Amino acid sequence: MTAAVARRPNAAPIYLDYHATTPCDPRVVEAMLPWFAEKFGNPHSLTHAYGREAERAVEQARTQLADLIGAEPREIVFTSGATEANNMAVKGAARFHRQFGKDGVVTLATEHKCVLESARAMAREGFRVTILPIGRDGLVDLDALARTIDERTAIVSVMAAHNEIGVIQPIKQIAALARAKGALFHTDAAQAVGKIALDVGDLGVDLMSISGHKVYGPKGIGALYMRRRPRARIEPLFDGGGQERGMRSGTLPVPLIVGLGQAAALAKTEMASEAQRLLALRARFLAGLRAKLPDIVLNGHAERRLPGNLNLSFPGLKAFDLITACPGLALSTGSACTAAEIEPSYVLRALGLGDGLAAASLRIGLGRFTTATEVDFAVDVLTAAAVRLRSGGRMTSEAAGIT
Amino acid sequence: MAGRLSYLDWNATAPVRPEAAAAVAEALATAGNPSSVHRAGRTARRLVEAARAQVAALAAARPEGVIFTSGGTEANALALRAFPERRILVSALEHDSVLGNAPGAVRVPAGRDGLVDLGSLARLLAADRRPALVSLMFANNETGAIQPVAEAARIAHESGAWLHCDAVQGAGREPLDMRRLGCDLMTLSAHKLGGPTGVGALIVGGDFDITPLIRGGGQERGRRAGTENLPGIAGFGAAAKAAAADLTVWRDVAALRDQAERRLLAIAPDAVVHAAAAPRLPNTVCISMPGVPASTQVMALDLVGVMVSAGAACSSGKVRRSHVLDAMGVPEREAESAIRISLGWSTAAADIDHLVEAWGALYARTRASAA
Repeated sequence: MTAAVARRPNAAPIYLDYHATTPCDPRVVEAMLPWFAEKFGNPHSLTHAYGREAERAVEQARTQLADLIGAEPREIVFTSGATEANNMAVKGAARFHRQFGKDGVVTLATEHKCVLESARAMAREGFRVTILPIGRDGLVDLDALARTIDERTAIVSVMAAHNEIGVIQPIKQIAALARAKGALFHTDAAQAVGKIALDVGDLGVDLMSISGHKVYGPKGIGALYMRRRPRARIEPLFDGGGQERGMRSGTLPVPLIVGLGQAAALAKTEMASEAQRLLALRARFLAGLRAKLPDIVLNGHAERRLPGNLNLSFPGLKAFDLITACPGLALSTGSACTAAEIEPSYVLRALGLGDGLAAASLRIGLGRFTTATEVDFAVDVLTAAAVRLRSGGRMTSEAAGIT
Repeated sequence: MAGRLSYLDWNATAPVRPEAAAAVAEALATAGNPSSVHRAGRTARRLVEAARAQVAALAAARPEGVIFTSGGTEANALALRAFPERRILVSALEHDSVLGNAPGAVRVPAGRDGLVDLGSLARLLAADRRPALVSLMFANNETGAIQPVAEAARIAHESGAWLHCDAVQGAGREPLDMRRLGCDLMTLSAHKLGGPTGVGALIVGGDFDITPLIRGGGQERGRRAGTENLPGIAGFGAAAKAAAADLTVWRDVAALRDQAERRLLAIAPDAVVHAAAAPRLPNTVCISMPGVPASTQVMALDLVGVMVSAGAACSSGKVRRSHVLDAMGVPEREAESAIRISLGWSTAAADIDHLVEAWGALYARTRASAA
């Protein structure tokens, strides 16, 4: 239903928030449905046919996901999502390596809240936590990072592609810096997996977080890639029945895992062409806006960013007013987790934007079901609203039809 | 019975109820992230909050007390790791997800009847007056024995301790009232009551200051971060509602279970039903066919299409001795030959015939070869 709606600009709001979540691809839904009611076995019940059938499905999905990132299936640990995977990686690596005298955690100021909150939790447990500032373009300062990582660093965590500004970090170089000092390197790849090519072998990452619902798979499922050679060892976040080689206890949710596997398989075959299509749509979007609003500012590096991402400041305007004036568009100011907060994005402030410009910023996420018609419609709506707001014709929520 | 498949492993997982499947399918077609403020996000938020009320209603709890998690294991882990300043007491009968998340906990022993020993609980609490958290399951997953939770809660509260109840196996099969039971915290799992896998809840009865297990975007009032599993939560809500409305079906299930038990004992006078004298879940039998390893029984039954287990599913891949039967003091010979048979709302009389025939045939074979 969602995909169909998103293709009809005049029927429902046009979905331009693909970083918050993506619609589940109908092909993913189709793959999942049999695993709820008919094939309902517990994949750990290996003593009977229903359980074994479920286990086979889990292992097939594990292989599909591993194939997408160049991993071995047994390097994939399923979790409830990227937030859990990030908590598990940062806290688990720090806690495990404390026994070897390692007490350092290094990350960036622009990381997702779940990485920053995990790092802060480690500070409360006595770790030295370094949160590095970031350049105006959103890219890590490799020299500063190299100076910060030392022999006592347990874990370095840097996001592969950013959820607000779309910036793609030089993961391979960061991984090499971490490895040279004997630290584990974790990357939160929730926004990157299935959008850009990632090969864990080539990149040299030790731990990588993956999200289902950011790649047209279901919510409630994700994974942590854990390198086996050399082995990335971490402490589990919690214990129980000992599933996932003891790394993640709990009954595996077979339908969600099948969905994630299918989403990974689709991404593997369609990612390259989809990226080309999105790059063209994004260029069209930006050109359309700039034709009428020449002063808008693109936040984050112009090229080294996700194909579907735009993060734009509209000087003199408030993002909330703009969003309110465009009820036909589903837009956001930044991370969905904090969407309801009035505070300007900490990410944009870390880039050096003042409060005014940060509060004037919109995140636009294009994705698999975005069409050129929708882009053109969105450009018209946004520019008209911006022009109207600037001319002082500020609309109230009520007048804009928001209830 | 040739070709018939009889699923008798409902304590491992249950099929998704039609109402839950419909809710899941509807939610899968909803694009929004429940934290987003646009219309798609608000639609998703409404689904989450409706489900929260449905899940709360199943346990007669307040909706704002419901913290959605990825399942029963995470909910148990959250409960047991939420109060690092409290010492923890757990019954020796608890699920691995309780025991594993409280490695330093004091174990409260259980009796041969399959029930926690309340006298021991009182003594252990009295011996150390520091603030404590007691964890006692509603019903045991292997024997089905329903624990004296209300009494345990009273004893705990008298010592200023809090009570956490893992109600994963009781919810949707027995009436559940968190306040009447006196539980401060309660764990539920969706997939044991006809909801989807991958979702559960920890329900808190008061304003507890919980140390979160998973931090990040501040979802679930800061108590559990991560984008909400929208289809899972919607399915959980629908299943909770259907289960609460359908409790009478368990009287029929109990009749089938009793019949199965009588017939198995009639075939094998030396067989032992564990926790038989305790109040039990209406759907569970834990029975030993002495001298025949559980794994042999389970495989033999599986070959003819009868699906049971040799204990908890988490460990049934690697059949090992049950810590539950050990805690009850069941002799080794009996413990090693115990299988769990668990029924559900769609179990038919023919499934019981199938079980009795298969189990009886195996019993006859082993006794003939022993003779």
